[in-house]
Amino acid sequence: MLQGWIQIAITITLFVAISPLFGGYMARVFQGQRTLLDPVLNPLEGVIFTLSGVRDRPEMNGWQYTRAVLYSNIAACILVGLILFNQALLPFNPTHLNSSAATWDTILHTLVSFVTNTDQQHYSGESTYTYFSQFAGLGLMFFISCATGIAVAIAFIRGLTGRPLGNFYVDLTQAITRILLPMSLVGGVVMLAAGMPETLAGPVVVPTLENPHISQAIALGPVAHFEIIKELGQNGGGFFGVNSAHPFENPNGFTNLLEIVSMVSISAGLIHTYGAMANNPKQAWYIFNMVLIIYIAFVVVAGINEYNGIPGINQLLGSSQPNLEGKEVRFGWAQSALFLTTTTGTMCGAANSAHDSVMPGSLFIALFNMFLQILWGGEGTGTAYLFAYVILAVFATGLMVGRTPEFLGRKIEQREVVLASLLLLLVHPIVILIPGAITLSFPEVAANVTVPGFYNGIFNPGFHGLSEVIYEYTSAAANNGSGLAGLGNSEPAPSALWWNLSCCVVLAIGRYVPIMALLLLADGMSRKQSVPMTSGTLRTDTKLFAGVAAGVILIVGALTFFPVLALGPVAEAFAVL
Amino acid sequence: MQITREIGWAIRSTLVLWVITALIYPLVMVGIGQVAFPYQANGSLLKNAQGQVVGSALIGQPFTSDRYFNSRPSAVSYSTADPAHDTAGVLQTGESGSSNLAPSNPALKQRIQASVKQLQQAGVQPTADLVYSSASGLDPHITPAAAQAQVARVAKARGLDPQAVAGLIDQNLDRRWLGLFGEPGVNVLKLNLALDALPHP
Repeated sequence: MLQGWIQIAITITLFVAISPLFGGYMARVFQGQRTLLDPVLNPLEGVIFTLSGVRDRPEMNGWQYTRAVLYSNIAACILVGLILFNQALLPFNPTHLNSSAATWDTILHTLVSFVTNTDQQHYSGESTYTYFSQFAGLGLMFFISCATGIAVAIAFIRGLTGRPLGNFYVDLTQAITRILLPMSLVGGVVMLAAGMPETLAGPVVVPTLENPHISQAIALGPVAHFEIIKELGQNGGGFFGVNSAHPFENPNGFTNLLEIVSMVSISAGLIHTYGAMANNPKQAWYIFNMVLIIYIAFVVVAGINEYNGIPGINQLLGSSQPNLEGKEVRFGWAQSALFLTTTTGTMCGAANSAHDSVMPGSLFIALFNMFLQILWGGEGTGTAYLFAYVILAVFATGLMVGRTPEFLGRKIEQREVVLASLLLLLVHPIVILIPGAITLSFPEVAANVTVPGFYNGIFNPGFHGLSEVIYEYTSAAANNGSGLAGLGNSEPAPSALWWNLSCCVVLAIGRYVPIMALLLLADGMSRKQSVPMTSGTLRTDTKLFAGVAAGVILIVGALTFFPVLALGPVAEAFAVL
Repeated sequence: MQITREIGWAIRSTLVLWVITALIYPLVMVGIGQVAFPYQANGSLLKNAQGQVVGSALIGQPFTSDRYFNSRPSAVSYSTADPAHDTAGVLQTGESGSSNLAPSNPALKQRIQASVKQLQQAGVQPTADLVYSSASGLDPHITPAAAQAQVARVAKARGLDPQAVAGLIDQNLDRRWLGLFGEPGVNVLKLNLALDALPHP
């Protein structure tokens, strides 16, 4: 058991050490300061900006920035939609998928899910999308969606610190050319060397050793380059159906470490980017440590639960053994629990174990992570949510001590509180709990029903069934993308149509309403007069304030969702005792 | 006027970024893979003495008989099918998957009860990895303890010296990276290939 905790501790230490470097680099990039890759990238970006028509880098206000996010994301959907709908006619289809491999509702859901950086997958990659659809279609979404998140976070930080928001296309391009693409190139080669395939050839079919009359199909594909940006961009959409549990997507302990560090680095780093841009690294460290402490506590809870295993099964085995249902031997309980907590906390959504089979205590952690959305949160958006929580905490403490709430020398007023509470306290529960309640009122599917229609598609009985439904909408609303895969959300299940369509709505609202609110909030803040700091100002760069912010986050996050947590994972935990 | 300008930016920037990130980047990586790392890039395939592919070093195969070290339970039978009756098209694309059974699902307990009974009848002490099914359905490993527990059964079925059989386990053990990260696992396909290569007494 101790060895497991040591691996976890070293992994966490590693990314904590890397994140300030990362954050500092990102701050330099987005403040236009000189960086190492300038000689190569300045001319390249010059070409891209000219071709895109933004060479003169026109400044955008909150609404213009929001429109730019929407237009560019819609353009990506149209382009990738054309590829996915016509994949049978396009090249690089070595598995000979025909036009019925992906149904219209699956494609629609895939588009919305990938453009929102969610990558919730209601399909299995092997049998649904061609190589071309994956690398030339979904591959574009991988870059565009996370670069959009980073751009929004940077615009948000600029606004909070009293600067103009910038130009969306410049930020989008630079997030790709200076952060995502160079790291993917290096990381992809490392992934290749570590064992991942990267080929355009089709599956290899071999007779099995034990019984030569039975053959095995070894699915291949251009996996390595896909995998690195999947983690780095917190996309999480696997090339294969089982995602990072597939031996080709995650062959060993080294790739697993690299995947965990990649998925958390940018989100953790962005907190330091804020520190550098706001010229207040001390405050960034307090907020960083607050997130780190909650994150570690969550990892510990998940780890203990998986290590202790299922009591009823341990009786059969005659000893206490970890829960290895839906886990790979090479990861064991420790790396599976760490991956689970990190992927649901960062909104990556990749999975190296089957989340449907984890212990109720770990399921509790996964759901809680996606309710809060800030441990470390989605690429860019997580950091922005974190500061929206900080603004709410400023407001709450301001009320308690009777001072005018201020953040970075700017007054927090009605508009700020309305926008922050709208995006944190209202939109999230509304798009999770209401569709969840509607779905739960549908009947379960009988085994022999094949007609499409409104069924809930629950796979596991009892309290866990409620968790499956709530998890699916939470994952969609938080733009996480992991899922409890037993749920009948993939074609040709009779419940697939409902899940595809309802999740599309939740995904889009869960992404774009908060982005709009964040940009408007930042725009408003940037236009405020800065008030000088006096002895009466409530300081936000103290341990005390970080503690209060943690309290606000946990109470606000827990209270809204407490009933579903009690009826889902908590009740299930008592049922398996 | 403003709106056409804004939509123009969106279309043009999307197309430029598409060429860079979704065409140039993947194709360059395929090139690097095929030139610099051909073994890994093509799936770490294992070949026999005749040069025929017998499987992948990273992908498990189903083994259930007494003559071989058994692999873990798989929800997709390790992406295998009878080529003559492959109506589901498994061999066309390959597949992966897990059981998705929740810890509270009675079906999980029933399945494991049956596995435990089966293992005990074969004289194998059940370990967690031998009764719980894997996440990918393709897990190439079993734990060293699970391999040790099967030595007596395999040696007896093949009429081999248990010492010689046990010696193969260590040779086919994939260790933790740097001795730290991940868990050690015995590669079942490689172990069984080595077993077949042992001289018969």
